[in-house]
Order: sequence, then C-alpha cells, then structure tokens
Amino acid sequence: MAELKSLPPHLIGGNFLLVETEPNLIFTPEDLSSEQRLMAQTAEKFMEKEVLPHIEELEHQEPGLTQKIFRKAGELGLLGMGVPADYDGLDLDRATIVGVEEQLSRLGGFGVTCGAHSGIGTQPLQYFGTEAQKKKYLAKLATGEWMGAYALSEAGSGSDALGLRTKAELSPDGQHYILNGTKMWISNAAWADLFTVFAKVDGQHVSAFLVEKTFPGVSTGKEEHKLGIKTSSTRRVILEDAQVPVENLLGGVGKGAYIAFNILNAGRFKLGAGAIGAAKESLKVATRYALERQQFGRPLASFGLIQHKLAEMATRIFVGESAIYRTAAMMDAVFATGETMDSTTPPFPRGLDEFALECSIIKVACSEILDDVADESLQIHGGYGYTEEFPAARTVRDSRINRIFEGTNEINRLFIPGLLMRRAQRGRFPLVAAITKVTKELLDMSPLSDGGESDELAVAQALLVNAKKLALFIAGVAHQKHGDKLIEEQEVVAAIADIIIEVYLGESAVLRTWKARKAGGNVTVMSDLTLAFINDAVGRMELLARQALAATSQGDELKARLGIVRRLMRWSPLNGVALRRRVAKRLCEVGSFPALVAVK
Amino acid sequence: MKILVPLKRVPDPDTKIRIKPDGPGIELDGVKFAVNPFDAIALEEALRIEEKLGEMEVVVVSIGGEECVEQLRVGLAMGADRALLVKTSESLDSLAVAKVLAAVYRREKPDFVLMGKQAIDDDSNQAGQMLAAMLGVGQATFVSKLELIENNTKARCGRETDAGIETITVRLPAVLTTDLRLNEPRYVSLPGIMKAKKKPLEEMTPADLGVAATSRTKIFKLESPPKRKAGVRVKTVDELVDKLKNEAKVI
Repeated sequence: MAELKSLPPHLIGGNFLLVETEPNLIFTPEDLSSEQRLMAQTAEKFMEKEVLPHIEELEHQEPGLTQKIFRKAGELGLLGMGVPADYDGLDLDRATIVGVEEQLSRLGGFGVTCGAHSGIGTQPLQYFGTEAQKKKYLAKLATGEWMGAYALSEAGSGSDALGLRTKAELSPDGQHYILNGTKMWISNAAWADLFTVFAKVDGQHVSAFLVEKTFPGVSTGKEEHKLGIKTSSTRRVILEDAQVPVENLLGGVGKGAYIAFNILNAGRFKLGAGAIGAAKESLKVATRYALERQQFGRPLASFGLIQHKLAEMATRIFVGESAIYRTAAMMDAVFATGETMDSTTPPFPRGLDEFALECSIIKVACSEILDDVADESLQIHGGYGYTEEFPAARTVRDSRINRIFEGTNEINRLFIPGLLMRRAQRGRFPLVAAITKVTKELLDMSPLSDGGESDELAVAQALLVNAKKLALFIAGVAHQKHGDKLIEEQEVVAAIADIIIEVYLGESAVLRTWKARKAGGNVTVMSDLTLAFINDAVGRMELLARQALAATSQGDELKARLGIVRRLMRWSPLNGVALRRRVAKRLCEVGSFPALVAVK
Repeated sequence: MKILVPLKRVPDPDTKIRIKPDGPGIELDGVKFAVNPFDAIALEEALRIEEKLGEMEVVVVSIGGEECVEQLRVGLAMGADRALLVKTSESLDSLAVAKVLAAVYRREKPDFVLMGKQAIDDDSNQAGQMLAAMLGVGQATFVSKLELIENNTKARCGRETDAGIETITVRLPAVLTTDLRLNEPRYVSLPGIMKAKKKPLEEMTPADLGVAATSRTKIFKLESPPKRKAGVRVKTVDELVDKLKNEAKVI
C-alpha cells in the first residue's frame, strides 16, 4: 500500500488519546450556519407533517405508504445529501447531514429506512463503484427513485461477518456471477431496488455485488416480527442461482471485507446521529410530561429525583452530540484531502477509514445514551409510559436495536483497542511509544502536573489528560501480561474501550464548552453539563481501571498499580445534585435540549 | 408581472414564549425564528402564480436587523427570485411598517403586494390595510381564494368573513392579504436552500428609501395569558345546565 500522507494531529484517527486539541480546531453544533440549520428544519417539518401523523399506519406497513413518503423525502433532497452533485446528490458536508438525520430518526422507524438507504444502501456504490456502476445506479438512489439495501449478515454469520456462506460462481460463459445463499436481517428488503450483497467467490474470496431486485433468482422472505422499528422492513434476501452481471462486481474479487467494514464505519456514525436525534425527542417529551403531570399537588418536574433524571438525560445527550459534530467535521476534513487508499479498485477515500475508532465510540455511546434516555423517559411517565398512549413505550422498543445492528456494541467495544493495536503493528499509530512513555512516567512516581488550575473546566480537562494516561497504562499492563492474545481477554479489552469512550465524550464536551466560552457566549449550562458528566465519569473510569487491573495483576504489584489509578483519578467531587438541579430548572423553562444549550 | 411579498421574522409558532422579567419583550435566547406563517402562505401563492404564468418575478422583502436575512433566505429557498432587506434596529409598529413598504413599493413598482393578514407575534392586522390606503390602491383582506382574471389586470378574491366567503374583484395594483386556508406552503427543499445562496439579496436602509421609520406606539407591558383552571366533571345534564346558568352565567 502506498504510504499515507501525514495529517494534522487532530485529524488522525485515535490521536485524541495522545495529543491535546485546541478548542478552535473542533466543530461544534454552535458553528452550524443558518443554511445548515434550515436544512434540519426542513426535515423536522417533513417529519411532523408526513411521517409522525401516519406512524400507526406505517408500523402496520400499510402497502405503498412508506414508499410514497420515501419518494417525497427524495424530492426534498433528504436522501442524496452525501452523494456528489454529478450524480444528482447535494454533496453536503457531514455536519449538515447529521442535523437532518437527527430529525428523520426522532421517532419511529422511518429514520431506519432512510438511514439504511442513504448509508449502507448507497455508500458501497458511492465509494467503491466504478464510473459506469455509479452512472447506472447512483443518481437513482440519490433521488429516492430507487431504494437501497445492504445484505451482509446471514443466519450463521452476524458478528462473524466474514464467516458468510453465500457463494458466487462465475457462469460458464463468463458473463454472470451466480449467487446462492440467504441473507438475514436485511433492512429495507421488502422495498429495495438495489442490494449490495456480500458473497464468497469460489467459496473463499469475500466480494460485494450490486444486485437488482429484478435479477433472476432474487427474492425476499416474509417480514420479521420485530420488537421495535416496525415501520422498517426487515426480511431475508434469498438468492437462488441469482444471475448478477460481471460488471456488477464491486471493488474487485476478494475486496468485500474492505467494503463491508469501511461502510460500517460510516453506518455506525450515522446510527449515532440518529440515536441522538431520538434521544432529544425523548427528553422533550419527558420534560413536557414532567411539567404537566401533578402528584402531591406539584408538577413532577419539581421533585429532585425527576430533575436528576431530566438533567442526566440532557448531560448524556450533550456529550454524545458534542462527539458527533466534532467527528463529522474531522471526517469531512480528511475526505477533503482527496487522499485515497488503494486496497480496492478503484481506490476508496481515506476519510472512510481514518476515524473507524471514533465511529465505533459514537455507535456504542449514542446507542446506550438513547437506551437510557428512552428508559428514563418511560419511567417519568410512570404507568402511562408503559402504555401506547404516549410515545415513550415506542421509543423504548425502537431504541433497543441500536445496540445490536451495525456491529453489536460488544463487537464495537473490542474493535476500539483492537484497531489501535492493528494500526500500531502497521506503523500507522505510535501506540507502543506512547504506552512506554506513560508507563515510565507513572512508575517513576514523577509528580503529575495538576496545573494548579482553579477554573473548573480546566480541572476537568486535566482529569481527562490523566484518563488518557490511565487507558494507555492499563493497555500496557494488559499487553505485557497477555501479549498478542490480549484480544482474547474481552472483559479487559472492553474496560479499556470504555475508558477511551468516556475520554472522547468528555473531551468533546470540554472543548465545545471552551470554544463557546472563548466566542464570548454565556456557557453556564454547557459548563454544568460538562462538569456533571466528568464528575461521574471519574468514578466510572476508576472502577473500570480497578477491574481491569485486578484481572491482570495481583499482590503488591496490583496494589502499586491501584495507587497509580488513584493518583490519576484524583478529583474533588463537585456537587452533582446542585449541578443537575440547575440544568433541570433551565430545561423546564425552555422545554427542549436545543433551547437548553443555545448560547446567547 | 412582479409580485412583492413582505416576510416578517417572528418567533417560531412551536417555540415556548417567555416574557422578560425586566421589561416589555420576550426572552430571545433559545428561541427559534420563522417566517410569519401567513406571509409564507402569501409567498406560496405568489410562487404558484409564477409557476402558472412563467416569465415574472417574485420579490421578498423584510424589515429589521441583519438576522432577517435568515427569513429572506427561506423565501429565496422556497423559490422567490430576489430579496430586499430594509435594515433598521427599531422595532416598528404597523404604521411604520406600512410606510416602509410603501417606499419599497414605489421603488419596485410591483403589479401587486401579497402579504399575510397579520403577523403571529403582535397580531395587529393593520399593515396591509394601511399600505393600501397610503398607496391609494385597492385591497382585499383575509383572502382564502385567489384568481387573476381579465388578462391579469384584476384579482378575484374569496374573503373569509365570519358569515362565510365573500367574493370580490379588485383592480390591480392592489394589496392582498392572505388567510390560513388559501394554500399550504411548500417545504423548503434542500436543493432550494442551496440555490438560494446564489440569489440576489439587496440591503438598504429606510433613509435610502427616503422614509423615516419610527413607531408612534410603544409597548409598555406584556403579560402571559392567565393559566387555564382545571375543568370539572358534571354528573347530570341538570347540573350542567345549572352551572351554565348560575356559575358561568352564559345561558
């Protein structure tokens, strides 16, 4: 592979663990232009008028209804946002797209239909297709004339995606690949016109194919009865001697893994954006209910435990949102370099690969944020929340899938340290040097600089600097013990991943708050949210570190290492109750998350 | 043909309005703004006329601070051809707005003005009528049906009144103010938003137009409507009649 060009430090995947980033280098929701906001508003109005009033019919999959609304979304430009203008797309930046997708996913499963279409349904072709393939299909997908789907999973291969069994054999005349196999859990299957299907050529080389639904031998199974996202279609895709023209091979024979995994990066990012959109809606609904519902002669919102819930929901949404918009712009910047990776023919953009780790963080974090927010929103509704009278129950059902699809959260957790190790082995990421340096520094007992900061935000940032050291230190200890078999120690690997996740979320929130403060805004609320998060993250990280170290060392060595953890996680606890009450009070005044964090 | 459509920047109808504790006005932080919905209906109608007639121009105008550019961009994104911003930091009453619009009218010489019957922030319902009077042209208010007739020299308007629809014909130029049921405004499409960036948007001051934009009225106080009291459940018709007669005193 050609050597990769060097990028600025803040644009290197995973590098946030090794370097500190200037606040003005990150993108924040406050930086959105009025045009970008207007596009999100269009999606918001579209949802309110076309989708939400029909949510019941959509969930019962009234024939033709999803397709009708889908086409309308296409007419408004909501389905081809990331596609180049040459193929009737809008060529929009990711921050704009996130804003729109947050809206499309706020309630119900229509967002899954759109996301599966414009993400994993369109992007394999967009990033790995030849000119001829793109000419044939891409504009159709970008305008919503056609719907796209992605067919990777099988009955026997979910997380073990490359263990797939679907076969592709070249026909005797060399004109077609003949595909045989069954794909499972295919979103949009009932309505899709074009499937990106993964199959093994000659039983061994994983390859991707563009398969039209009308090709001979292609059919779909019956609708799966799912717990949630009932609006979206999920079926098997059955390939029985399916005839796929050779020109529909995507990226070359044996290049399927590059396509599958790089597209999943983008899909994971999109999933995070959708989850945060749904979480905001759920918080809005919960806030409204907490203000209306009276018990003991007072609104629920006047009680401390309810305030705690509302503020915690806002806190989690804030950190997730901060990480998403930061990453969106980082991805755009690397895409903008035009640099490609030549593992496939044609080569694919480096931007798709660079932030694989950040995409996994966002997938895991935001899907869990939404689950927790949805759960607490239902709880605030009490018995009513358990009925279909309010949207809370639906959100709980719809949310749950996010921890499963696009790579389970378990797979994504393992992937985070795993990717760092792989990049280190390839000389693409200086992990070993960083671990060696941190370990030496910590064992030398050299005093940690506490910076003598009095500014709470600076103190929080200093804690995160230590948390990065903690992650590297534990990774070093674990690797020392297990060597390259570390990946088999899944519990330890996941603990490292969780610390890294806390760091990225926390840092994104700190940098966002700094940036808004430097711009002269009133950031009282942002600051409260950031501190509320880090105040609790300290304890979570310390626990993870203790568990990981106890699993890898014992006796005096363990004691010494736990001492290092305590030193790194030194933190004067803030009054989290007061912080959250302030946030909840303000939230109840303004009614929604966007208004809560709006900077004057 | 040319149609002039004024667009007012108002708090989004879905926004929670909070009155400032320290004086007349509302809290602005966290408040979303939108094009006055009745103005959006006016613009939609103008765009439909443009689509029908072909060669013509729809010009949108807003009066206010730099922030009104946002609403003008919405207008351009919906399909207006050109935008004008009359910049002022003053908060104008209906009469002052009408004066400024009259000056814009004289500069632009449109075939007619199509505007919302009222703005949803102050609900004055005066600017259109005042404008027509100043210009000495006809007016049709509360228009819920509009048709250009006699070679586009007249407008046949269905007006919503309490008693029903009144149909009148006005000679153009005229000022037509729109009611809710005239149409349903289109979405602001994403391609439209991108095209809007390239459309002309001209800024000017009231002085440039030769008018002094000053209000003659002043807002002293704003109050939220009183909270609705909880309802009661009546057991019998007799009880209901009794309450209506003796408590509510409505029958």
